[in-house]
Amino acid sequence: MKIWVFVEETDGSPAELGLEMLTKARGLGGEVSAVYLGGTSDAAMAALGTHGAGTVYRLDPGSTLPASGAAAALEGLVGEHAPDLLLFGLAPTDRDIAGRLSARLDKPVISNAVDLEIADGGVKVVNEILGGTTRVITTYAGDGPFIAVVRPKSFAAEPGDVGVPAVVETAMPDTGHAGAGTITERHEETSEGPKLEEAEVIVAGGRGMGAADKWAVLDELAGQLGAAVGATRAVVDAGWVPYSLQIGQTGKIVKPGVYIACALSGAMQHLVGMKDSGVIIAVNKDEEAPIFGIADLGIVGDVHRVIPALVAALSARG
Amino acid sequence: MKIAVCVKQIPDPATPYELDPETHFVVRPNDQVLDDTDRYGIELALQLAEATEGSVTLVSMSPAGGLQGIRQALAMGADKAIIIDDESLRGSGALGTAKVLSAAIKGEEADLVIAGTESTDGYVGLVPQMLAELLGLPALTFAKKVEQADGGLRVERQTALGYDVVESPLPALVTVTSGAVEPRYPTFKGIMQAKSKPIEQPSVADLGLTAEDVGVAGSGQHITAVEPAPERGGGVKIVDEGEAHLEIVKILEQAKVI
Ligand SMILES: Cc1cc2nc3c(=O)[nH]c(=O)nc-3n(C[C@H](O)[C@H](O)[C@H](O)COP(=O)(O)OP(=O)(O)OC[C@H]3O[C@@H](n4cnc5c(N)ncnc54)[C@H](O)[C@@H]3O)c2cc1C
Ligand SMILES: Nc1ncnc2c1ncn2[C@@H]1O[C@H](COP(=O)(O)O)[C@@H](O)[C@H]1O
Repeated sequence: MKIWVFVEETDGSPAELGLEMLTKARGLGGEVSAVYLGGTSDAAMAALGTHGAGTVYRLDPGSTLPASGAAAALEGLVGEHAPDLLLFGLAPTDRDIAGRLSARLDKPVISNAVDLEIADGGVKVVNEILGGTTRVITTYAGDGPFIAVVRPKSFAAEPGDVGVPAVVETAMPDTGHAGAGTITERHEETSEGPKLEEAEVIVAGGRGMGAADKWAVLDELAGQLGAAVGATRAVVDAGWVPYSLQIGQTGKIVKPGVYIACALSGAMQHLVGMKDSGVIIAVNKDEEAPIFGIADLGIVGDVHRVIPALVAALSARG
Repeated sequence: MKIAVCVKQIPDPATPYELDPETHFVVRPNDQVLDDTDRYGIELALQLAEATEGSVTLVSMSPAGGLQGIRQALAMGADKAIIIDDESLRGSGALGTAKVLSAAIKGEEADLVIAGTESTDGYVGLVPQMLAELLGLPALTFAKKVEQADGGLRVERQTALGYDVVESPLPALVTVTSGAVEPRYPTFKGIMQAKSKPIEQPSVADLGLTAEDVGVAGSGQHITAVEPAPERGGGVKIVDEGEAHLEIVKILEQAKVI
């Protein structure tokens, strides 16, 4: 089985999500290749290689919106090499390319995959619906290539044997008007402390924090714990913190050791982004809040009392 | 500017969804509501149309039912709606849906197509990209800000790290995130007017598509099993009486965070 994994460069190296998928592909067996939208650094190629890619088809990101050209390039590569399974991540550029490629190849995509299995030469995709309460197993009818979009954190990225992949430089064809978007500026919304996706501890806040100026106590707590700060969609929509801190279905998917949920209700779309965290602690004044349904420790109380008291207790310990 | 907005009628998310035990499809009641996330796209379309003396057409593929969801969308101010409801569409996948929507939109000669980033009930999040490919359009996806610039559009597109500024000529497709605009509430006048706005209902054949393109046959996939996911139960719940923060300290100690 030939498995191809799309990997985007983020922050100068292969995205963690891509390495997660490569690790899974390696575990499924067969011949694994990466399609890398990024630079040519030796470190990036080595990371792709040790995570499983025997071959890297490299696409140069440039300053055009890449999806249209990348999908056209992939269509060409698919015609030439006939991969059986193509994996993309649930991330903006991955999704843009997967959707376009599906239309070009006239092949379906199964999205939101949390697991994949190979059985009888076919591929089974597991996904979770209804806020993660129900698992659905889907198979492809007809011939491949099969395309799946995988949720972040479904697999752990683990390097294997050191391998230097063969690098195949691949040009992105001119797709005319469809490829006409250009990227004129890039903005990074950096926040202090660890990244959400990598943090061992996350302090997350919801609309119940009340106002932007009441948010500071969460930053303070996060500082004490070496934690990352996250938020619900209600909070990012209100503009209290940047979008890049949103956790949930349309935000980041996280799996820290400890998740402290402050004044957030625990809507289904939030839960799917954090329910696999190790220990979940929730503070909410509504004893019926859905977040309590998955919290290991639920505190029914006012965040504006509990969290400042926690901060004071932690600083008293020094 | 002629704008087409893709909107969905969905079962009310406030009531738990039921799956048909045989087909595994969501059971769709006669009364459906407008997907809340589509309000952002409709609002953006209305603002752009108002600024350019343009028009807004809603395009939807769903069981028509009582058309409540579509009327909610028309009440916000859209000019007309095209709804494709056909028995052969049951079980369509994202690609089949995109084929139907693209066929309906082609006839509209839209300068701009707007969609949500993902639907509340399906959350496949791929229909708009497929649609852009089928229509040969640039796709400015995950936009948190959209404005007109140099006869085209300038968009802030969310990325994993922050956002990119992206510029594109028209015609184009945009997907909007929540927070891009503040959706308006329908006025009483809007609600009354919505009752007499045109709603076209072409069939799949009218759109030049066949049964192989859509429905279960066209979806290229089949569900083999539906099972409950392993449950994560709740743990202890205590009411704060001034000491509860110490319980958090204990857990943090146990987890060796402190
Ligand atoms: C398609 C779609 C995608 C979505 N994607 C996401 C996503 O990715 N991430 C996400 O988070 N949401 C997402 N949402 C939105 C989601 O449905 C909820 O609306 C959102 O998560 C609610 O945020 P919240 O918990 O902050 O606010 P609320 O639901 O308003 O909850 C606030 C909570 O604060 C509590 N509270 C208030 N004051 C206090 C106090 N003083 N002390 C203690 N507790 C207090 C209240 O009891 C309440 O439970 C999505 C929705 C849709 C339709
Ligand atoms: N059946 C449909 N009718 C109209 N628009 C749709 C339909 N399905 C998806 N869309 C559009 O595509 C977006 C993403 O949907 P999805 O890919 O299903 O998550 C939605 O927010 C809609 O704008």
